[in-house]
Amino acid sequence: MNIALFLEMAADTAPDRIGLVCDGQRWSYADLLAGARGAAALIRDSGCAHVALLDESSEAAAMALFGAALAGVPYVPLNYRLADADLGALLERITPALIVGDVDRVRRLCPTESNIVLTRAAFVEAAQARAVDAPAEGEDGEGIAIQLFTSGTTAAPKAAILRHANLVSYILGTVEFAAAPEEDAALVSVPPYHIAGIAALLSSIYAMRRILMLPAFSPEAWLDLAADEGASNAFVVPTMLARIIETMAKGGAKGRRPDLSALRAIAYGGGKMPTELIHQALDLFPATGFTNAYGLTETSSTIALLGPEEHRAAHGSDDPIVRARLGSVGRPLPTVEIEIRDEDGAVLPPGQAGEIYVRGEQVSGEYRERSALDADGWFPTRDAGYIDADGYLFLSGRADDVIVRGGENISPGEIEDVVMTHPAVAEAAAVAIPSHEWGEAVGLIVVPRAGHDAPGEEELKQMVRARLRSSRVPERVLFADALPYNEMGKLLRREIKKLFAA
Amino acid sequence: MKPGTKLKSAMCDTEVMVIRSGAGTIECGGAAMGEAKPDAIGTPAPDLAAGTLMGKRYVDAAGTFELLCVKPGKGSLSVDGVALSIKDAKPLPASD
Repeated sequence: MNIALFLEMAADTAPDRIGLVCDGQRWSYADLLAGARGAAALIRDSGCAHVALLDESSEAAAMALFGAALAGVPYVPLNYRLADADLGALLERITPALIVGDVDRVRRLCPTESNIVLTRAAFVEAAQARAVDAPAEGEDGEGIAIQLFTSGTTAAPKAAILRHANLVSYILGTVEFAAAPEEDAALVSVPPYHIAGIAALLSSIYAMRRILMLPAFSPEAWLDLAADEGASNAFVVPTMLARIIETMAKGGAKGRRPDLSALRAIAYGGGKMPTELIHQALDLFPATGFTNAYGLTETSSTIALLGPEEHRAAHGSDDPIVRARLGSVGRPLPTVEIEIRDEDGAVLPPGQAGEIYVRGEQVSGEYRERSALDADGWFPTRDAGYIDADGYLFLSGRADDVIVRGGENISPGEIEDVVMTHPAVAEAAAVAIPSHEWGEAVGLIVVPRAGHDAPGEEELKQMVRARLRSSRVPERVLFADALPYNEMGKLLRREIKKLFAA
Repeated sequence: MKPGTKLKSAMCDTEVMVIRSGAGTIECGGAAMGEAKPDAIGTPAPDLAAGTLMGKRYVDAAGTFELLCVKPGKGSLSVDGVALSIKDAKPLPASD
């Protein structure tokens, strides 16, 4: 099973339909397939071990992804935001490679003759030229389709691998072929090196939903593209949504209110969505269906989701249990199993927090060096969370973020949720800080809401004491103007710990 | 039959990709499907000519067999003479 099948099916069904729009250029499914076949011929000729992309999203990402798949060579989109030293180390790990994108940077950081390095334009042109006599048949798709380097906060980045079988299982289990009406279009603004960026290509092509690529996100560009091309779907990370809403509140891009009447569905994920923000979005887009997707690189993207009806039900409910679901990531996909386990591996009942384990055909859990799956095929996500009595999954941070105070496990999320209910608190994060007495204790950092006085330290401690146990009470409280996030909207807790150490 | 194997009909244009399979003969229009396309294409029997639909998954009652239609045709799919049916999947909202 080769993922290139998805593009072949789309091109067979409607060769002339536009499959991708980028920088004003329009590519039909037949164009994309021809480019992928030509790219596969280039890749085979090169004898490379990897096909890498060091570039923003464009048609080249689609041609490289499917071209590499046809040629049976792993596709490795690289994070162009990495520092030189880190990127250089990754380039060495994938040599010999065919690399598309920033030629000067690759040559400077990895000056070997073993790599073939092409600009985006040169690659697309060469792929189209080779398409004329390139074979249609691809490899059988038994091997690795994608290799993604994890962010590597503590050690060297791990090379997570996704096999064709994982990705095919994910797409067949979640997307109905050609289900999108011809006018539909999905706005893709996540970078190509993120699993959501890859899944967006595969899902949209299999649904035959035209892809609108936004290579570099800005709220103005997003609103313009959504309005001009009549986007029906979009995937955003929470920080993108916050900036889009802020720009709309100012009257939209170009000083005009963009026409988003075609926008039926917004999916989000990749970081914690502030509850207040999603309530605001539901009010601002009353006719749009929101979907919260939870997944990891190692699980081929989404494993649980909270759908549009559940969003509206929670948003409009007075029942605190139903309302709280807006802070959940919904329920597992029908094709995966999820369990919560304690440190000894025992499965925990509903309501009890532990580490999230997942199993299913889409779950790879595999790295170049080793597989992280246990003997029964379960993948430990290192995410902490619990499942409520109705099956809704709530995340409470990374398992590594758990604060262990005197042998008691404290999840940062429970403290943050309480503190965030204070009207003068805009953002809050709890982290482990060293403690002589307890080993670790709770450090709390708070961003006061604009126009409010900062809440008192004792007042915040008292709030936590009243709502949770005394062990949860922060030992230290810091105030800041903003919290550190990465470009995907993930909170950088290690940076917050540095603030407490300073 | 290995997952990923492409099978072609001897009775019509239908092609399927095997997602999972067990012991038994996969047929289209009443004749066994094979990896090679026969030179002469037959005609599906009238009661085995309901047709296949592009992109649909076909399964047996036990869930042993699952085939993805990658080229539609006039014949109907079966295993050892027992008709396969379209897999009924609850539509999910787009999530990426």
